[in-house]
Amino acid sequence: MSNSRILEISVGVFVALGIAALLVLAVNVSNVSGFSTGKQYTVIASFDNVSGLKERSAVTIAGVTVGRVSSIIVDPVTYEAVVRMTIDADFNEIPVDSSAGIYTSGLLGERYIGIGPGGAPDYLEEGSEIRLTQSSIVLEKLISQFLFSQSDADSDKEK
Amino acid sequence: MFDWFAKIGENTIDFFARFGREVMLFLQTVAGFVSLIVRPALVIQQLYSVGVRSMLIIIVSGFFVGMVLGLQGYNTLVDFGAEESLGVVVALSLVRELGPVVTALLYAGRAGSALTAEIGLMKATEQLSGLEMMAVNPVDRILAPRLLAGIISMPLLAAMFSAVGVMGGYLVGVDMLGVDTGAYWSQMQDKVDFDQDIVNGVIKSFAFGIVTTWIAVYEGYSCIPTSEGVSRATTRTVVYSALVVLGLDFILTALML
Repeated sequence: MSNSRILEISVGVFVALGIAALLVLAVNVSNVSGFSTGKQYTVIASFDNVSGLKERSAVTIAGVTVGRVSSIIVDPVTYEAVVRMTIDADFNEIPVDSSAGIYTSGLLGERYIGIGPGGAPDYLEEGSEIRLTQSSIVLEKLISQFLFSQSDADSDKEK
Repeated sequence: MFDWFAKIGENTIDFFARFGREVMLFLQTVAGFVSLIVRPALVIQQLYSVGVRSMLIIIVSGFFVGMVLGLQGYNTLVDFGAEESLGVVVALSLVRELGPVVTALLYAGRAGSALTAEIGLMKATEQLSGLEMMAVNPVDRILAPRLLAGIISMPLLAAMFSAVGVMGGYLVGVDMLGVDTGAYWSQMQDKVDFDQDIVNGVIKSFAFGIVTTWIAVYEGYSCIPTSEGVSRATTRTVVYSALVVLGLDFILTALML
């Protein structure tokens, strides 16, 4: 084998390895959203408060991820947060009277949307809205409510 | 007293002149890429000496860096009961920071210094003037293929570094310390974003490739053509590359975060 042939082969191996490493990073290490887009449909839901929820947060049914939050905007009239989520078309039999709530995974974990299935015979489809919603719990509000109720109870006792 | 002012002025003018020369030469070299279309063999030759021969050191050090990250990350995270996030820690620090930066530093030491010494010696032995005598443009013939090879090699090397590092972190975290396999990969895939993190790292390594290779090539081309001059130029290549890479890394991170 001539010298230049070895050279070419080793350079080819080098470039191929580099590209393979990039692919490993893309597919194995990160979640390439571009590759996994099967058929999806979009539903919306309005919440009083979505604090902590972000784009790309998970949408789950019974803890299983079925979709992702695609955008969050504020309705200029009602001042509610309108969350747009894309759900995989595999899960196309979610009843229209299902409820959506914002939960936290773990005590300090990420926020996600949990969908509680209802019982209606019709299913959610592209563009439909989930009407029953439960906002995310803001920890500070909860603590302050707790503290105030405690102090009220204390002052009641004094009377 | 006036001498002193004159000296400052002279140095300032010198600095800008050198800077201007460097920018001009850089543009000429980039323009020289066009002439490489008809001579790809030149680039392949350089890809071999710059890329292929740096591969071993990059892969080995990537593996060790990943293992250290796994060990350190585990010991810190286990206090919070969050050792499942080890994959995220290892992958993000490799892909975003350590991959491009450490690769660039190693590359400057391994390939950059060799480039400078090679070109410097060509200048010292008057091979560059020889080329010019034969009406061959040394910028097109010597500088352009080396710069192009460096720019191509660096992102590939950095990607290898990161990929191998993730494996190293896996070896220590999962096989030795007992983090759950599924958690290692799934948390990593959940938190590492392709557009944000990986593309970010590739852009960084691309920029470092241009900068480190250019410093090496320029220092060699502009060195004083004596053995002492070549040795000084080689030292300068490594020092400047390290400083510029670390400084540029801060700027790029701030820009892209």
